[in-house]
Amino acid sequence: MGRIVLDQVTKSFGDVTVIPPLDLTIEDGEFAVFVGPSGCGKSTLLRLIAGLEDVTSGAIRIDGEDATSISPAKRGLAMVFQSYALYPHMSVRKNIAFPLRMAGMDKAEQDRRVDLAASVLNLTDYLDRRPGQLSGGQRQRVAIGRAIVREPAAFLFDEPLSNLDAALRVGMRLEISELHKRLKTTMIYVTHDQVEAMTMADKIVVLRAGFIEQVGSPLDLYHAPRNLFVAGFIGSPKMNLIAGAEAAKHDAHTIGVRPEHISVSATDGEWSGVVAVSEHLGSDTFFHVHQTGLADTITVRADGEVGFRHGDRIHMTPRADVIHRFDEQGLRIA
Amino acid sequence: MATKASRAAARLMLAPAVILLLGWMLVPLTMTVIFSFKRYLPMRGGDLGWVGFENYVRFVSSSAFWPAVQSTLMIVGGVLLITVVLGVLLAILLDQPMWGQGIVRILVIAPFFVMPTVSALVWKNMFMDPVNGLFAHLWRFFGATPVSWLSEASMPSIILIVSWQWLPFATLILLTAIQSLDSEQLEAAEMDGAPPLSRFIYITLPHLARAITIVVLIQTIFLLAIFAEIFVTTQGAFGTRTLTYLIFQRVLESQNVGLGSAGGVYAIILANILALFLMRIVGKNLDR
Repeated sequence: MGRIVLDQVTKSFGDVTVIPPLDLTIEDGEFAVFVGPSGCGKSTLLRLIAGLEDVTSGAIRIDGEDATSISPAKRGLAMVFQSYALYPHMSVRKNIAFPLRMAGMDKAEQDRRVDLAASVLNLTDYLDRRPGQLSGGQRQRVAIGRAIVREPAAFLFDEPLSNLDAALRVGMRLEISELHKRLKTTMIYVTHDQVEAMTMADKIVVLRAGFIEQVGSPLDLYHAPRNLFVAGFIGSPKMNLIAGAEAAKHDAHTIGVRPEHISVSATDGEWSGVVAVSEHLGSDTFFHVHQTGLADTITVRADGEVGFRHGDRIHMTPRADVIHRFDEQGLRIA
Repeated sequence: MATKASRAAARLMLAPAVILLLGWMLVPLTMTVIFSFKRYLPMRGGDLGWVGFENYVRFVSSSAFWPAVQSTLMIVGGVLLITVVLGVLLAILLDQPMWGQGIVRILVIAPFFVMPTVSALVWKNMFMDPVNGLFAHLWRFFGATPVSWLSEASMPSIILIVSWQWLPFATLILLTAIQSLDSEQLEAAEMDGAPPLSRFIYITLPHLARAITIVVLIQTIFLLAIFAEIFVTTQGAFGTRTLTYLIFQRVLESQNVGLGSAGGVYAIILANILALFLMRIVGKNLDR
């Protein structure tokens, strides 16, 4: 069980308010991702939930119980740190068993749980090594192993993949998602990478300067961003934001069109411009188009076979049904 | 350092320093070894010829030898124990964020800058003097009879003085080591349910193991040779005669250079055995 409720939680360091009053509910078994640019308070929020930082005011409830002033160890949460924070002088087995040893569990039960976790995480062959002898991905798995043996109410991940290389990151992303499907335990995951957020989350919490900008499923956020910030943050490449006369045609202050919702043609279209850079990924091609009279750059996605090059003039047509409209305050017009 | 010419130039430029250092070490060492096989009494006839191992046998069979070894080990062991234990505690204390951190750290390190002779004199006359010392005043204030430290508790007094000098060194090395401890490890241990004492035992102490062995190694080498502290306080009386001090007495007070040199060779062997032993421990710790 792991339903986590934040009720009017605030956090300040001296005079600096990092988290203004904030309400959030994470349901039992949910995979929640906190995402936002660096310095938006997402790690602080995670540390507040973990108990590594004290809240300035407000309450944190775990399974209906007030956990605001309970010590981190007693909250029944397990955390995976960005640096993994493995104990370098202990073997992998001892690292994973450490929380059990601290809980005073008997040796046979410790071994049983460590062996189980090791087999789940493919670490059985490495149990007698030290963390220094492992690769980045293996260390990551040891850190996760140390978290799962405690059978916690919820897992907290603090940017766990940011120290891995790109290929390994994709692999670990799948492993963590799979682990969540199998354990069905609440997970809270902090990242600045919106791809991680989109691919893993049941619920994404977009944060900016401590404020929650929007909470919703990945597709909610993709299809109906509540404001300009979320619109620009979710989706890759970024949504094209166009202000001025073109937006006025749609009765809006700003309109947003995703690169994948624009079709390109050599001959005719609603907008036109000159290709500055074309990125060929094989499956897709991205054109960065200048001199459109709409915005500095318009990004367009086309099929892999479309072969415009630098300097070519192209014509573009947005799909009318998926144009996002925003008012002067940057809020979505329904 | 890639070409032949640059390697040759490097050797040439290093040569003066290497020759100087070798001379500095080899000349006294050779002279000590030569004298140790001679009967050499500067005031009573000078060089009286070769005597084989007689000096070695006499030095060891002297009634002063084993007590000297014992007091040497007691001082080294006592000082190491005090400086390492207090050094770890002080390092943890100084690592806490506090107001005036810079000044406090400099003050803690200050005793290390005081010359051994001076600090021993200060301790002897200012603190431990049975009539005018601060300790005597303190004892009298509470109605107790002042202790004449250097004669009644000579060994603990000398250990205290030397520990006071070496504590800053240990603290400094251990403080830098403690500052390199990843705070996320401590937080992870906290999340794992380890109370403060367990965090200290399972995380902080193993992290400090390497620094502690280095402190022990360096201090042992220097503590085997302490002399000034004994010279200005007890003059080797009241069971504080160490091996170093015994050699000094043989050479300068008894004017027997041959016998003293034999003691010197024993001291070299003892120091090397200890150093070898400690290097192996350090080596084992550095492997990880």
